[in-house]
Amino acid sequence: MARSQVRQPQKPPIDAWGAGRLGLIFSLFYRYGPPRWSQYVRQHWSGQRLVIGVPFLWLFLFFAVPFIIVFKLSFSEVRLAMPPYAPLIEKVSEAAYAINVNMGNYAYLFTDPLYTSSYLYSVKVAAVSTLFCLLVGYPMAYAIARSTPTLRNVWLMLIILPFWTSFLLRVYAWVGLLKTDGLINQALGLVGLGPYTMMYTDFAVYIGIVYSYLPFMILPLYSNLEKHDLTLLEAAADLGASPIKSFLRITLPLSFPGIVAGSLLVFIPAVGEYVIPSLLGRSDQLMIGRVLSDEFFANRDWPVASAVSIAMLLLLVVPIVLFQRFQNRELAGARK
Amino acid sequence: MGERQASNAVEGVGPPRPVDRTNEYVRIEHVTKRFGDFVAVDNVSLTIFKGEIFCLLGGSGCGKTTLLRMLAGFESPTSGRIFIDGQDMADTLPYERPVNMMFQSYALFPHMTVEGNVAFGLEQEKLPRSEIAERVAAMLDIVKLKDLAKRRPHQLSGGQRQRVALARALVKKPKLLLLDEPLGALDKKLREATQFELINLQEKLGVTFVVVTHDQEEAMTLASRIGVMDRGEIVQVGTPTEIYEYPNSKFVADFIGSVNMFEGRMVEDEPDYVRIETPELPCTIFVNHGISAAPRAAVWAAIRPEKIDIAREEPPGPDNRARGVVRDVAYMGDMSVYLVQLDGGKMVRVTLPNSVRQLSERISWDETVWLSWDASSPVVLTQ
Repeated sequence: MARSQVRQPQKPPIDAWGAGRLGLIFSLFYRYGPPRWSQYVRQHWSGQRLVIGVPFLWLFLFFAVPFIIVFKLSFSEVRLAMPPYAPLIEKVSEAAYAINVNMGNYAYLFTDPLYTSSYLYSVKVAAVSTLFCLLVGYPMAYAIARSTPTLRNVWLMLIILPFWTSFLLRVYAWVGLLKTDGLINQALGLVGLGPYTMMYTDFAVYIGIVYSYLPFMILPLYSNLEKHDLTLLEAAADLGASPIKSFLRITLPLSFPGIVAGSLLVFIPAVGEYVIPSLLGRSDQLMIGRVLSDEFFANRDWPVASAVSIAMLLLLVVPIVLFQRFQNRELAGARK
Repeated sequence: MGERQASNAVEGVGPPRPVDRTNEYVRIEHVTKRFGDFVAVDNVSLTIFKGEIFCLLGGSGCGKTTLLRMLAGFESPTSGRIFIDGQDMADTLPYERPVNMMFQSYALFPHMTVEGNVAFGLEQEKLPRSEIAERVAAMLDIVKLKDLAKRRPHQLSGGQRQRVALARALVKKPKLLLLDEPLGALDKKLREATQFELINLQEKLGVTFVVVTHDQEEAMTLASRIGVMDRGEIVQVGTPTEIYEYPNSKFVADFIGSVNMFEGRMVEDEPDYVRIETPELPCTIFVNHGISAAPRAAVWAAIRPEKIDIAREEPPGPDNRARGVVRDVAYMGDMSVYLVQLDGGKMVRVTLPNSVRQLSERISWDETVWLSWDASSPVVLTQ
């Protein structure tokens, strides 16, 4: 193709470029840049690709690349060196390279009961905490969604407000509340009860997780409940359903996507929770997050730590995939 | 102001479908509903008879939907009482009323199939499963949705959704069905077809219908009686014919169909005829029936566009005629609308059926024409 032909300035389609500075830069580039570029840009680049590209690049650099490194590490052998693992591909001699794939780290996870019990315990703690979050969060989300718009904003503000304080501080505050001579036991002592041992128990961990993750349950539930068409409830009442029946047959099933979203947002990070069980939890039973950090920092066994985290990831992939599928179904249902 | 029966109704004008006026089903007594300072429904009294289709007709914000929602129990009256089948409904919750409602938005349950939606009401009655299945199937057959029983609402067209909503309300065998703009979301063709389906269904099942609509055509087709509402009040109750031919006020005359209104004074007031003088016409308007109004009182003569004749030749007689120039012609297919400017300047709307196909003979733009009307055509209004 003749150069002059390609260089002929043509107005780029507005929707592809959008407005603003970036659009201007690209349109200048498109008009006066090298011809191949302008062809390529016109055919393959659009504003849509650009905005998707930024988070993609971010996730690639800070999620995919580290993940690949960890994945690779999990197949290495531990070494007392710097870095403390054997390289995956080792130069044995001038002409030979050895690929050291070591499945031993994964096998080790099954041989030592510490790991399986930690995994199971983590899942249990996360599941129980999620359930409590749901039981506490659903009524709150429901009440917020049904209150007047002004009040609604106040409630939401109060839900989000704790995030302005450091997470660590808030968990430490619970130590002061829960310990044997803490505020709760002192108050109970005034009415002749207690003292109860609450610190370093599962109970304290549940309290800590429910408290910290409650907003992640409430916000998706709220955004679901707030969108409900209230005439559906009137229709149910009109057809003879009592308020409780209407809730069970209409509101609850329709809020199921919100329940799933909120539960996963609590469950997934709760499984890997490190700070809360370290500060409030039992010392005889570790959660997997703690095991991982001990493995990494105390034992300096990077390969086993990597294997632990890959195993944890696999454990969580199942609910994540379920979540994805659910969201897709939601999107399909929303197209009315 | 309460219920004002058509005061000048004339014998021989009857409802298209007979209304059994002995069998009263709903009685609304002096019902008022306020929302803060706003009076949505203002002292309405109304009687609805068993087996009729009663239409509440009015513009938006006239209180018709509020009145309907009070019948369903979603709003409670600020004052006044509502009786359904002789029972005071004051303390009866919506889910305990023998009433079902079809919502304007249909309010179908999106997570249930068509079948599930229709069965919902019956499940609340704790009927045996076999009976529920039977009644749902029968109802889906009636509304011709049998093949779509397993679909979800979002997989249906507007007309199909409307029929699901209707089936869901009717399967409960209510004595009274409330319909809030039942055909509002349908396109014109479908709306016309559905209107007749609704009437057939109502006749087959013998349910009393109370329909809320802003569409006068819909009200005219469906209703055995119409209650016209304006600013929270019922201004006239009557059969479609009564409402159209004998409106009792300028508002009703203007709201139902189109009308040419001449403001004037009564100059002759006899028991069997009146004569009205108006500055808008060179002649007087002669009306061959008497009315009750104070002599020389300000009155309005309302003449429907289709009751005016348009001709090139001068009509005989001194009264009920006027000369003008055709300013606009709208060909609508079945009829043509002429806008004629009288010599006095007033615009008059005249409609003529296009009964002949010949186009060349038709009166056209800028022609000078004579308008005339029968002495029985004008309706004399005092308010």
